[in-house]
Amino acid sequence: MSVLDKRGAGRRDPVPETTPGTSTDSGAVNAAERAPRRSRAGRRGLPLVLNAVSIALGIAIWWALASAGFKLPTPPEVVARARTLIDNGTLGKDVVASLTRVLIGFALGTAVAIPVGFLMGWYAVLRGLIEPWIQFFRTIPPLAIIPLAVVVMGIDETPKIFVIFLAAFLACVISTFQGVVSVDRTLISAARVLGAKDMTIFVRVVVPASTPFILVGMRVGLGSAWATLVAAELVAAQQGLGYRMQNAELYYDLPTIFVGLISIGILGLLMDRILLLAERRLTAWQERR
Amino acid sequence: MTSTTAKISVQGVTKTFALGRDTFTALDDLSLDIADNEFVTVVGPSGCGKSTLLNILAGLEEPTAGLALVDGVPVSGPGPERGVIFQQYALFPWLTVRQNVEFGLRTAGVPKAERRRRAEHFIALVGLEQFADALPKTLSGGMRQRCAIARAYAVDPSILLMDEPFGALDALTRVKLQEQLLDTWSKDKRTVLFITHDVDEAVFLANRVIVMAARPGRVYDVIDVSWTTARDERFRLSPEFAALRNRVWHSVYHQDGPTAAPQPSTTI
Repeated sequence: MSVLDKRGAGRRDPVPETTPGTSTDSGAVNAAERAPRRSRAGRRGLPLVLNAVSIALGIAIWWALASAGFKLPTPPEVVARARTLIDNGTLGKDVVASLTRVLIGFALGTAVAIPVGFLMGWYAVLRGLIEPWIQFFRTIPPLAIIPLAVVVMGIDETPKIFVIFLAAFLACVISTFQGVVSVDRTLISAARVLGAKDMTIFVRVVVPASTPFILVGMRVGLGSAWATLVAAELVAAQQGLGYRMQNAELYYDLPTIFVGLISIGILGLLMDRILLLAERRLTAWQERR
Repeated sequence: MTSTTAKISVQGVTKTFALGRDTFTALDDLSLDIADNEFVTVVGPSGCGKSTLLNILAGLEEPTAGLALVDGVPVSGPGPERGVIFQQYALFPWLTVRQNVEFGLRTAGVPKAERRRRAEHFIALVGLEQFADALPKTLSGGMRQRCAIARAYAVDPSILLMDEPFGALDALTRVKLQEQLLDTWSKDKRTVLFITHDVDEAVFLANRVIVMAARPGRVYDVIDVSWTTARDERFRLSPEFAALRNRVWHSVYHQDGPTAAPQPSTTI
């Protein structure tokens, strides 16, 4: 799944875009009002049906493979294990432990990335100073930092949160910076001729204009943070979804591994959808094609 | 021009750009005066530096040599007394029509109620009352440009600098907006410098048409348009209009080589 799938996001935009400049004044408005309701509902409904069919088919294939003798648990076995893990509270505790780590790391990462990205975009000097480090660390998978982090920071929560922070920070800082440098120069000129000084331009033009980039960066950062978290837990943890799967591996406990995998997937998807919703809300002003 | 105190005075302005190892002369020793509340159009082939001239007056670019004076004071940086209207509208897409129009007023620290009142007035002036709370993306090109005009008017500039504002619009919308602009202008006069590449537009709107020549950019010809009654369809279809249009057309499209260009008349 691509978190950058803007085209998919645009699909639900109900207002058909009229070409600016070629339509007469009343034309644009009427076209928007006349957008056919029925086909809109149809367009939204069909993919959902296809999604459901696809999921059902996937589970059927999984089931068939498991029955055919592959080393896989069947769907009912996984459901039963999930019920047990939920009932004895293990799954709940693991989810809370994992989510807490990822949310702290992600929150810190974006909280630092957004100002740093803005500073880099706004001041060429800072950009020159900071950029080599970001480009350097970007080429190192955050997981490769874990051995160092564990040695330096100990084996408690700190090294795990640190690598998640790093993953979220690196994804978000780059796109914030991109957002700032790609602000339309004409908008800045327009603000200047309306009497705005640098600070006003920054707050009232640069920040809103780069919001779409920041939100995309946050979504990429969250995906990256989530992936890093689970791997970090595989290496060193006493609780969490990654730890639970690592532990199950020792006992050839395939159903538990499946429960872990599915939980990770569902939680990741949910968090991504929440951010996508926020993105739609905050950038509804954008013209989508 | 009989006016002695020019609103805008461009004195020997030269602007060169570095182009690799060469320098490109966008404006060469250009001088012109524009009187208070005069409507001047500038027309010329592409590359004649007309946008550069506007940007210098707006304070977005600095001349390499020479002086650009507004009310006798050299231009240094942009200022709210000089409103600019861009070809690409340059509306803030995340703000509604009303918020766009209020932008300059907020910057100037105008209190909210006063801001609202003035925005309403200028939104009505350009006929966008029904769309005050619409986002730019829902507006057509013509409506966007009307919003941009209201936004420029709202900060009460004494000068409007318009850079091919109707260039991206279709012919019908353009004619309509030209009439609306003159209507707005005659109700609330400002000094206007209007850049265009459209000869008809230049003649229809102007008190005075300035024709520029390219490479290097300079004033080639100045044509007064003395039509005193309303500028409407009657003017557009009149023989006087046709004659002026001919004159400007020849000036724009049949410029001789740069060396043979006649010097601009002394009245400007």
